[in-house]
Amino acid sequence: MTSTAISTADERRSRIRAGLSRRHNGERLFRALGVTAIVLALGFVALLFTDVLRKGIPAFTQSNIRLEVTFDPELLKVDPAPERAAGQSDADFRAQTLAWQRQVAMLNWNSVIEAALRRAAPAGLEIDSRQILAIAETDARHRVRELFVANPDLLGQTVTVDLLASANVDNWVKGNINRELGDTQQQLPAATRALVDRFEAEGIITQGFAWSLFTNVDSRSAPASAGLLGALMGSLWMMLIVVVLAVPIGVGSAIYLEEFAPRSKLTDLIEVNINNLAAVPSIVFGLLGAAVFINWFRLPLSAPLAGGLVLTLMTLPTIIIATRAALKGVSPALRQAALGMGASRMQMVFHHVLPVTFPSILTATIIGVAQALGETAPLLLIGMNAFVAAVPATPVDQATALPVQIYLWQANENRNFFEPRTSAAIMVLLAFMIALNAIAIFLRSRLEKRA
Amino acid sequence: MNTLIVAGLLLVLLGLAYQFGWSRSRALVTPEGVRVHSRPQYHGTLVVLWTLVPALLVLAVWAFFSPGVLHWYAVSQIPADVLTSLDQAGLNSQLQRLRDLASGYGVTGEVQPFERAGGENLARFQLLSFLIMLAAAAGLGVLGLLLARRRIGPRLRARNEVERAISVLLIACSAVAILTTLGIVASLVTEALRFFTFINPLDFFFGTVWAPKFSSTGAGDAGQYGLLPLLAGTLMISAIAMLVAVPVGLMAAIYLNQYAHRSVRAVVKPVIEVLAGIPTIVYGFFALVTVGPFLRDFGNAIGLGISATSALTAGLVMGVMIIPFISSLSDDILNQVPRTLRDGAYGLGATQSETIRNVLLPAALPGIVGAFLLAVSRAIGETMIVVLAAGNAPILRGNPLEPVSTITVSIVNQLTGDTDFTGPQSLVAFALGLTLFIMTLCLNIVALYIVRRFREQYE
Repeated sequence: MTSTAISTADERRSRIRAGLSRRHNGERLFRALGVTAIVLALGFVALLFTDVLRKGIPAFTQSNIRLEVTFDPELLKVDPAPERAAGQSDADFRAQTLAWQRQVAMLNWNSVIEAALRRAAPAGLEIDSRQILAIAETDARHRVRELFVANPDLLGQTVTVDLLASANVDNWVKGNINRELGDTQQQLPAATRALVDRFEAEGIITQGFAWSLFTNVDSRSAPASAGLLGALMGSLWMMLIVVVLAVPIGVGSAIYLEEFAPRSKLTDLIEVNINNLAAVPSIVFGLLGAAVFINWFRLPLSAPLAGGLVLTLMTLPTIIIATRAALKGVSPALRQAALGMGASRMQMVFHHVLPVTFPSILTATIIGVAQALGETAPLLLIGMNAFVAAVPATPVDQATALPVQIYLWQANENRNFFEPRTSAAIMVLLAFMIALNAIAIFLRSRLEKRA
Repeated sequence: MNTLIVAGLLLVLLGLAYQFGWSRSRALVTPEGVRVHSRPQYHGTLVVLWTLVPALLVLAVWAFFSPGVLHWYAVSQIPADVLTSLDQAGLNSQLQRLRDLASGYGVTGEVQPFERAGGENLARFQLLSFLIMLAAAAGLGVLGLLLARRRIGPRLRARNEVERAISVLLIACSAVAILTTLGIVASLVTEALRFFTFINPLDFFFGTVWAPKFSSTGAGDAGQYGLLPLLAGTLMISAIAMLVAVPVGLMAAIYLNQYAHRSVRAVVKPVIEVLAGIPTIVYGFFALVTVGPFLRDFGNAIGLGISATSALTAGLVMGVMIIPFISSLSDDILNQVPRTLRDGAYGLGATQSETIRNVLLPAALPGIVGAFLLAVSRAIGETMIVVLAAGNAPILRGNPLEPVSTITVSIVNQLTGDTDFTGPQSLVAFALGLTLFIMTLCLNIVALYIVRRFREQYE
């Protein structure tokens, strides 16, 4: 102490200066660390998005085959379609029609497809029927049969039909599988691969937008036709349930807790409870759903109803917390003015305070819905990971959801085909999330300017 | 169809009720000098409530009892000798035939005389019971309407009654959150207790082998359900995730809060928060198809055997997921440290980084610890990333380069759409869930308490 006291101002200044460059270096290092952290975080965002886009974009196009299909009476030996006789009952006519359709279904439609493929192939090509049928997706026969059932007059005619090429052909054409691999490692036989290349050169196999992704339901037997329609509808039903239930309950609960509840140990407990619910792992909500909704209430398994209820309970805390924060932020002047004019507390809240918080509640709702839309884990526990090849018409039908469909597709054995397709599904999911968030931001800025 | 009819009728009735209440209340005003306590819309709403509640009660009773009653009636239409010859599946298809006949849709095959008669009876019974229900609901609703209408007078405190009804509704809404917690605790505890009747809790909590057997051959050999391998995997992955997320998230928050220009902050902060909005299944897929193979190739290049699906893969990606969580919470907390502390440090000649390290961070430490604990609870409960990328190998070992399994993964594996919770194989999911719930609950409560205390300290 004494030495510093007697040291002159010059000495002190030089000592400070000596330490200064070290301190400035430290400052620079710290700043660099900060910049590195930012760059890393932004880099992760960029990496994630480019990776998904790079993998997913090619899956939005798909190989199609255009074939001249002849409904050859030689191959299709079938009775004429039944016509309704006078006085025939509904049930009898239905039975007759079903019997005819069963007869149509029993026909060998693959032979029709094969004939069409052989006609497109160069004359005299030696290829067995399994090899040539590997070009068209296995659902081609259903498509052709449906054409016939819809219009039985086609018998004996030739029509141009656009069919999906099989998943393996799609892999080969797009180069998703290494073309240099030996025969034993290829999914398609050599003869088929040669024919596919020829078809592609002749324009019989072309790349088109993969409408099947949006217009079809999931399919295991015909992977090239697997689509997201069922999952989209399942998610839509669940989001509907979430909005219809979570918003009124959440807002009502927030209003009570913020405006009316007496300050007591009990309300403290409720507050802690809600904050804690917001941080409970989502899978625990799935367990709740499995035990309560499925096992006690006997709600149907794999149905959007149970899924929607579980997601509602999960979304509630988000909406409650956001609404409470918004209510807290309303200026006391507004409340006092309303009360001063003789409004009751209920009138003050519903006529004056709540309208002001509308933008925040809307934003919270959209963010809550976006969160629920992307949730997977709880849905697995209530059976929504079942394979469902139908569009759910009501909330109690079997269904799956968009994120669960992604989970199912990533596990498919045909990785070359389903990895891009899963990425495409992820792009669809992310597009929904981005759209929802963009709407939230847009509405918020619009409404807040007006308020 | 029936639902639509009921809903439509109910709406018409409610509209009428409102109109009655409203116009009656308006009529009160005409005589001079009468002061009416409540405005007409409150009278209208009050009448609506008096109409709605009894009608809804009838509908609820109907919804609860009608399936059983209809089933009983349909069964009674099948002659006793036929009934005894049917097994469960046969009975169901027989009932379905009756219902099809009753709905007038028709069935294939020959229709037995008893089926035709039964179908007609069933149709009549369905119609009759539906009409009775409708009449009861409408009757009680109208009764309520009339009673409420009679009560309308200048001194009726309709507004207070309506507001009391609304506040009951609001309380019911708040109860949902409580009921959710109670539901979680009750279902987890009861099912977990059932699990512990099969497996000794000590074997569960301190067992080192996880090998559930999916054999339905007797309960004698149910496999081993040791929690420790799963717990170790969970903690290892969470630790890796925190090692990634805390430095990056905290430094990003400090930089954005203290150094970055406002325009940079306005762009970067939302972009980082995009990471928080990405569904976890997307992270899982990213980890599985991109990060995992990359780490494996990287490991091969430097002579280290890294599995494509490993604790490291899952932990790294989970860390990325948690970055925005840490950064936005830390940002909030840094904002709450009073400016005076910072200005004081600057006044003493400290550089910016010295101020941050020696003044700001110590002041913000409790809040940051709270954020850290919340993030840990998030990491422990995360499911999809680990399901896809951790490798599902429930073996007790300390190597993060090997596949592991976690509590959440095992819950998903043991209980995927299973409804008969009879054996320990599916019940163990609830014991695991209970463990998970208690762990996250403790972390959350401590973290929320710390964060709250921290806020109060500077308010």
